[in-house]
Parts: sequence; C-alpha cells; structure tokens
Amino acid sequence: MLSRNNRDHFLTRVGVHLFLICVSVVCVFPLLWMISCSLKTQETIFNDWDLWPSQFHFQNYIEAWKGGNFGVYFLNSVFYTVMVIIGIVFFSSMAAYAFSRLEFRGKNFLFYLFIGTMMIPIPGAFVAIYVVINKLGLMHDVWGYILPQINGGLPFAIFMLKTFFDKMPKELEDSARMDGCNKWQIYWHVALPLAKSAIAVIVIFNALSVWNEYLLAKLILSDNLMPLQVGLLKFQGERITEYPQLMAGMTITMVPIIIVYLLMQKYIIKGITAGAIKG
Amino acid sequence: MPNRYKSFFDKFTNFAFVIPALVLFCIFNIYTFLDLFCLSFLKWDGLVGGASQFMGLKNYWAVFQDGIWWSSVWHAILITFLALTLQNLLALLLALCVDKIIRGQTVYKVIFFLPPVLSGIVVGLIWDWIFNGDYGLLNHWLTLLHLDQITRAWLADPLTAIYAVAFIHMWKGFGWGFVILLAGLQNIDMELYEASEMDGASWWSKSRYITIPLMIPIFVIVSILTILGTMQIYDLIVSTTRGGPGYHTEVPITRILHSMHGMQNYGYAAAQGIVFGIILLIVSLGQIHFSKKFKQD
Repeated sequence: MLSRNNRDHFLTRVGVHLFLICVSVVCVFPLLWMISCSLKTQETIFNDWDLWPSQFHFQNYIEAWKGGNFGVYFLNSVFYTVMVIIGIVFFSSMAAYAFSRLEFRGKNFLFYLFIGTMMIPIPGAFVAIYVVINKLGLMHDVWGYILPQINGGLPFAIFMLKTFFDKMPKELEDSARMDGCNKWQIYWHVALPLAKSAIAVIVIFNALSVWNEYLLAKLILSDNLMPLQVGLLKFQGERITEYPQLMAGMTITMVPIIIVYLLMQKYIIKGITAGAIKG
Repeated sequence: MPNRYKSFFDKFTNFAFVIPALVLFCIFNIYTFLDLFCLSFLKWDGLVGGASQFMGLKNYWAVFQDGIWWSSVWHAILITFLALTLQNLLALLLALCVDKIIRGQTVYKVIFFLPPVLSGIVVGLIWDWIFNGDYGLLNHWLTLLHLDQITRAWLADPLTAIYAVAFIHMWKGFGWGFVILLAGLQNIDMELYEASEMDGASWWSKSRYITIPLMIPIFVIVSILTILGTMQIYDLIVSTTRGGPGYHTEVPITRILHSMHGMQNYGYAAAQGIVFGIILLIVSLGQIHFSKKFKQD
C-alpha cells in the first residue's frame, strides 16, 4: 500500500517537473534562437535551421556596434539609466525621510497626493508630457527625457522608502543628534546608508524600466540621442534585410538586462511580491 | 522674535527635503493632467505659440463617432480578455505546481520571470522573426510536420495577426502573475491546512474554504495589473504589426499617437486619452466591485 502510494507520488512529481520544463523551454528557446541567428551570416540565416550555427560569425556584432550605430545607442541608454536612477534615489529618499521623520504643514496631504497618482493610470499622459516638454524648450534634449522618467519613478520609491524609514529605530538618529549632527547630516550619514536594501530594489526596478522604455524616447529624442530600444526599430526600418545584424543589436540590448536580472533576481522577485501583496 | 524666526526656518528646511520631488510632481503630474484636460477642448496642431481654437465637446463627440478608435479599444479588450483567462490560468497552474515541488523552485521562478524583464521591443522583434511568413522558424517547423496548408505570415494575415500579438503578449506577461500568485500561495499559513487535515478535510474542501478565499485579494491584484498592462499595450505592436494589416491590430495608444503625429490634432489625442483613462478606471473599479461581491457569497 505504502509503496504504491510512493510510486504514485513519484509519478506526479515527474509529471509536474515535465510540465514545468516544457514551459521553461518555451520561455528560453526564443532567446536562444535570437542569439543563434545573431551569429549566422546574411546567407545562412535563411536556410540554416539549427539552433547551433554551422559557423560563428561574430563579425555581426562588430558591424552592428559600429555601422549599425548600436555603440552610440548603448552608451545613450547607459547614460539615461544612470541619470534617472540617481535622480530617483536622491529625490525619493529625501522626500520619504521628510514624510517619515520631519514635521511640516500639509505633510500627510502631500504624501497621499504622491501615492494617489501611483494608483490612477492616465494613459494619455504622454500627450501632455510631450506638450509640456515642448513648452519648456526641452524637446530633443536629454533632460526632456530624463526628468519625466525621474518623476515617473518617484511615487513607488517614496512609498517604499517611507515604509522603511517608519520602521527604522529612532535611537540611531537621537544619538547622531547628540553628536551634533543636523538633519541633513542625519539623513545623509544615518538614514540613507541604512536603507541600502530598499534602495537596491528601487534601483533595479527603475533600471529595468528605463532601459526598456520606448515611447517617450521616440517622442522626445532626436537621432543621435536615441537609446537602444528606438535604435533597434530605426535599424529594422532602414535595413530590413540585415537580419543577423538586427539580431546582434537585439542581443546587445538584452545582455545587460539579463546580467542584472540574474545577479539581482532575489531582490526583483522580492520587490514584486512585497509591492503587490502589501500594496 | 529670533526664536520664532528660528522655528520658521526649521520648518522650512524640513519642507526643503520634499521640494525637488514636489517640483517634478507639479510639472509632470498636476500640470500635465490639467493641460491634458484643457487640451481636450481645443483644436491645436502642437506648435508652441500656434493658434488654438476652442471646440467645446466636439473632440469628445468625434471620439465617440470614430469607428477605428472603437475597434482599437475592442482589440485591446480582446487581448486583455485572452490574457485574463489563458495567461492567468497558466500562471495559476504553474504557481500551484511550483508550490508543490521542493527542489528547483528558484530556477523555475528565474526562468518564468525572464520574459517580463525584457523590453517589449526586443520581444516583439524576436517573435516577428519567428512568425515571419517567408523565413520564420514556425512555418519551417509546420512544413516539417507536413502542415504546409496552415503556414502563413502570422503577423500580417488579418485572420491571425491579433491572436499572434496576443500570444506574444501572454508569453511576455505570464511570469508576473506566476510570481505574485506563488507568493500568495506561500503566504498562506500552513497550520490552517494541518488543522483542517486533522479534521479530515478533503482536497476540495481545503481549496474551497482555505485556499480560494485567502487567494481572492491576490487574484484581484493580478487581474488589475493584467488589465492595466494589457489595455495599454504598445511596444509589442510597434515592433511587430504597427497596427496592421489594415487596422487589424490597432490599439488605443497607437491611435492616440496617430492623432498627435499623423493628424497633428493634439486636442483630439487628449480627448482620446481621457476617454481611454475613464474606460480603464471603470474596468478596474468594476473588477474590484465584482470580486468583493464574490467574496461575500
């Protein structure tokens, strides 16, 4: 009786794993196919159906990086991602610290205003952002692209950091105050270093969303300022037949994300579940 | 007097911490919201300093009569419906499976959440290549299976284009639901199950009285995220079909962009944006209301 039960149990487990492995293959295979195609030549890509290319044509990457302009797009993307993250981390941590620890008039009202906008989607907002950027004279300017994205990341970051600062023990700040620190110094030397793990989640999420952003970049930035996502579609539109180079460009776009994701997957999955289940 | 001055200064420096965030918030949230609202009553070609003309509710009236607009809304609803059912069912099934197994949970989590971290543009281009009518891998495989008669340009055929887009969207999205649902399942107190097992509860009654009621709030979150994420689908469209063939895969965001840059009619684009926002709000509120009712029964 027991052995039969055990055998059934074993069979279910094998079945479950088989199902999960099938889905995993469906997830990963398209990416491997893209990488494989990025290594084929202009001729072999149309008739070499093996996942393992008959020969590795790394030349595509060099051509995409230089001739396809992906080198420029890549550096643009890195620049935007870094700038937006710096802005979000500092502005949100300052605001969250004040909402959590300091007193001023209209504090709660402002906090709920920030959080409220996080909940309400305004799908046409990019129309108005485009108009505002135009009025501010920031069209085709890196700041016209960076500032709205800093703003976009603030509510979530403020919410997360305020929850964190609320739980932080008061004694640490009290002792810093005894040592003669003013509130800027306490924020900078005590609160900010303690919030490292919350900041890590904020950095990763916003890095993913800035790196992957397309619409705003398309609307606001001109040719030489484009990030990778816009560059990919520009390349595809202009050089439609050069599939291997396009695939190389796509791989260049994807690799940093995959590396960050694999290194930080714990934080990412934690961040989502914390955000979704508590929020 | 100096004391009062000091206290004012103190309050002000407290307030100074929120100034950078507040300035951005006022420009990009409050001002843009009001601007969008005002724009929706105007006819304006988008040139700063250019003439604008007051239209009253004419833009809204035009939106209501715009057949292509409503068919684009319908396409988004169709994809959302497929995502809500098929994608979330798959996510739930996977979450239940991974919750049961002991080894390899992290590996599966990492793999299933891989598509969601990629950009819509890259994902769209990958599948555009696989679904390609002439050189695509899918058609090649179908030919090998002697199914030549169903091969086609999947994203360019009016019959299949919208479903191909929906498939790509679901491939990219199911990892979200999976991760959240799994966390929800693992959040349930094991003692509840143990206690009910001691009372001799069956699998069905455990599901009926423990799992399902505790998971309802999680289902609601996943549904709302699915609705908001899918209705605003854009990157996948622009990297695959660009709204074609014909108007077969137009979605609201592509239409709003068309009004901006195709027609140079910013007032109309703003009106479309507001109508679309209201639709999303109604759908989300309806979803919350519906699930609350379900919970009470």
